[in-house]
Amino acid sequence: MSAALPVLHHRGAGHPEAAAEFLRDKERASWHDDALWFVRQRRDRATDLPEWEALREAGSALKAHAMSRLADLLEEFEQRATAAGVMVHWARDAAEHNTVVRDILHGAGVKRVAKSKSMLTEECGLNPFLEADGIEVVDTDLGERIVQLAHQPPSHIVLPAIHWKKEEIGALFHRTMGTAAGESSPDALAAAARVHLRDALLHADAAITGANALVAETGGVIVCTNEGNADLGMHSAPVHIVCVGIEKIIATLDDLGVLLRILARSATGQPITAYTTHITAPRAGATMHVVLVDNGRTARLADADMRSALHCIRCGACLNTCPVYRRSGGYSYGHVIPGPIGAILAPAVDLRAHRSLPFASTLCGSCADVCPVKIDIPRQLLTWRERSAAADALPKGYATIFRQLGRILAKPIRFARNGRLSRFALRTLRTLRFMPGAGIANRWNPWTRPGRDLPIAPHETFREWATRTGRRA
Amino acid sequence: MRVALAVPCYVDQLRPQAAHATLMLLERLGCHVSLAFDAPCCGQPMSNAGAVDDARGAATTWAASARAFDVVVMPSGSCTHHVRHHLPSLVAGDAGVHAARVTYELCEFLAGPLGMPQLIGRFAHRVAMHLGCHAQRGLRLGGSSELHENFSGPMHSLLVAMEGLTLVPLDRPDECCGFGGSFAIGEPELSVAMGRDRLTDYTTHHAEVLVSSDPSCLLHLEAIARHGAMPLRTMHIAELLEEATR
Repeated sequence: MSAALPVLHHRGAGHPEAAAEFLRDKERASWHDDALWFVRQRRDRATDLPEWEALREAGSALKAHAMSRLADLLEEFEQRATAAGVMVHWARDAAEHNTVVRDILHGAGVKRVAKSKSMLTEECGLNPFLEADGIEVVDTDLGERIVQLAHQPPSHIVLPAIHWKKEEIGALFHRTMGTAAGESSPDALAAAARVHLRDALLHADAAITGANALVAETGGVIVCTNEGNADLGMHSAPVHIVCVGIEKIIATLDDLGVLLRILARSATGQPITAYTTHITAPRAGATMHVVLVDNGRTARLADADMRSALHCIRCGACLNTCPVYRRSGGYSYGHVIPGPIGAILAPAVDLRAHRSLPFASTLCGSCADVCPVKIDIPRQLLTWRERSAAADALPKGYATIFRQLGRILAKPIRFARNGRLSRFALRTLRTLRFMPGAGIANRWNPWTRPGRDLPIAPHETFREWATRTGRRA
Repeated sequence: MRVALAVPCYVDQLRPQAAHATLMLLERLGCHVSLAFDAPCCGQPMSNAGAVDDARGAATTWAASARAFDVVVMPSGSCTHHVRHHLPSLVAGDAGVHAARVTYELCEFLAGPLGMPQLIGRFAHRVAMHLGCHAQRGLRLGGSSELHENFSGPMHSLLVAMEGLTLVPLDRPDECCGFGGSFAIGEPELSVAMGRDRLTDYTTHHAEVLVSSDPSCLLHLEAIARHGAMPLRTMHIAELLEEATR
C-alpha cells in the first residue's frame, strides 16, 4: 500500500490522538480541508433558494412526524410491499440483520454479490460476515470500491474515498486492476473502474442496496445514486436485497418530494442525484427482499433529548462544514459514521468507548445551520457531555479540573486569590521560557505544545484596579 | 442609562484592558456604569464541559449579582450566550431567568437598549472581523453563511461606520477559530491548526488588526499569532471603539 496513505484510526486512541496524527502531514490535512470546503461551497450555491429555510423546516417536520408514527408507518410499508410481492424481514440488531441476509443468499445459492452504497451494511459489518462465509462481495460505488480494494472502511458517508488523492488511486488501480503505471487521470481511472465494476455487476448472483427512503403509502423503496450502480445491480441479478434502517421510513410521496430536494443539494450541491429509483415490486422472474433493521434506533426513539438524531438523512453536510472533521478525517472518529452526526450517534452505542467524541467539537454550531432536517447537533453533543459527567466518563482529568475550577469560580474571594497565584505562575513560566529544559515543559503543556505562546499575565486585574481606585463601591 | 459592567473571569485576569476600554466607552456614551457586579464567572467553562454540577456554584453567584440590575453589559459574546441560554436552567428560582433577560453583549447593547448602532470615530486601518461562533450562531449577532445571510449584525455596523476603516474580505468569514473552551486544551493540535488557518485568512488579505467581540477567541488567536511572530494586532471590539472615538 502507498506510503502516503492517510492515518487509519487506531483502536484505543481517542479523537485528539488520531487528529494530531492526521495533522502531522500538514500538506495532506490542508488538502483534505480544502476538498471538503469545496463541497460545502457547492452546497451553499445549490441551497441558495428563496424557499430553502421552508424546505428545511418541512424536512424536519416530515421526519418528526414519521418518527412519531414509526410503528404504524413501518407496518403500512410492510403490508403494501408484501402485497406487491416483496419479502419483508425484521432485524432487531446487526447480528440478526447479517444472519437474515446470509440465509437469503444461501437459500438462493448466491456466491457473488454486487453491493451498492449502504452505510447500514457498514454499521452491521455485513461484508466481513459474508466473506467469512465464502460469499464474494463487490462494492460497486466507485468510492466504496476504492476503499474496499484498500481494505479500509469509508471515511465519509457520502464520499467514502475523499481522503484518497488521484495519484494514490492510480497506484491502487495499477496494482489491483492493471491500469498503466503512473496513470492518474480521473477519466482514465474512471474508465478502468467502469469495466472492472461492470463485470462484477453483470455477473453477480444477487444485488444488495441500501435505501435513502421507504415510502409508507406506496410500499416503495427509494435509492439515489450518481453512478447508476444500484440500478445496474438490481436490474441484472435474480435476487435483490434492500438493507435499511427503520428510521428511513417517511409517510407519503409528498414527503419524498421535500426529501429529494434537500438531499442531493445538501450532500454534493446537486439539485438531484443522477439516478433516483422508486422500486415498488420485484422484477418479473426475480425476488426482492427488504430487511428492516433496528440496531439501537428504537432505543434512541425512546430518548427524548436525542430523538431528533433519527431525522438524519445521511447527506454528509455536517461533515463537510465541520472544521474539526475537515482537519481530522473520518477515521479519527473511530466510528462507522464520522463527523458531527457520528459524534452524537456513537456515544449511544458505547459512551465509554467513544468518550472523546462529544468533545471533538468547539460547539461552533455550523452543523446545526447546514443540517437540512435541523438536527440540533451541538445541543446533543452538550447533552452527551453532561451524561459523560454523570456516568463518570469524562475525558481523563476533566472531572478533577472542572470540580476545582467550579469551586474557585463560585466565590469572588477564591477567584481573586487563585487568580493572583495563576498569574504569578504564568509570569514565572514566561520568564523561564528560554531556560534550558523549558522546551520539555512546553511539550507537556497542551496550550503551548502545538504552537501557542503563554498569555501575558498583567500585574493588576480589572477588579483589583476597581477596588484600588474606589470604583467598586 | 444605569448599567452594570460584568467582567468575565478570564478578561479580568488576562485581558483587563478590554474591561477598561468597555468602561471608558460606556461612560463616554453617557452611561452610568456600576462596577459593583462582583461574581467572577457565569459558569460556562464547567457547563460547556458537561460538568453541570460544578457550574452551578458560579452560575448561582453570577445570577445573584445580576439581581440588583436592570441592564448588565458583558464584553463577551460567548459568556452572554451562556447566561442567556443556560442560566435559566442552571440556577434555581427566577434569578437565572432575570440574568438571562437583562444581560447584553457589548455591541448588542449599543445597538439595542442604548440606541447607538453606529458611533462617530476614526480608525484608519485594515481590519479583519471575527465574530465568535456563540455570538454569531448562538445569539445571532451576525449573519451565517450556512443560512445564506450577509455578515451584518451590531459589530459589523459599528465597524463599517468608522471613518478610514477598511473591513478586509475573508475567504471563510465565519469559520470557527478553534478555541472552544476545553477544546483548546483537550484537542490542542486541532485547536491550533484551526486558529492558524483563520490567521492565514487575515494576513493573506493584508489585515493589520484583528478585532473580535469574543476575548476568548482573541486569547487563543493572539497566542498563535505571537508564537508565529505574525504582524497582526489583536483588539477587542471595546478597545477598538474606545481608541477610535477618543
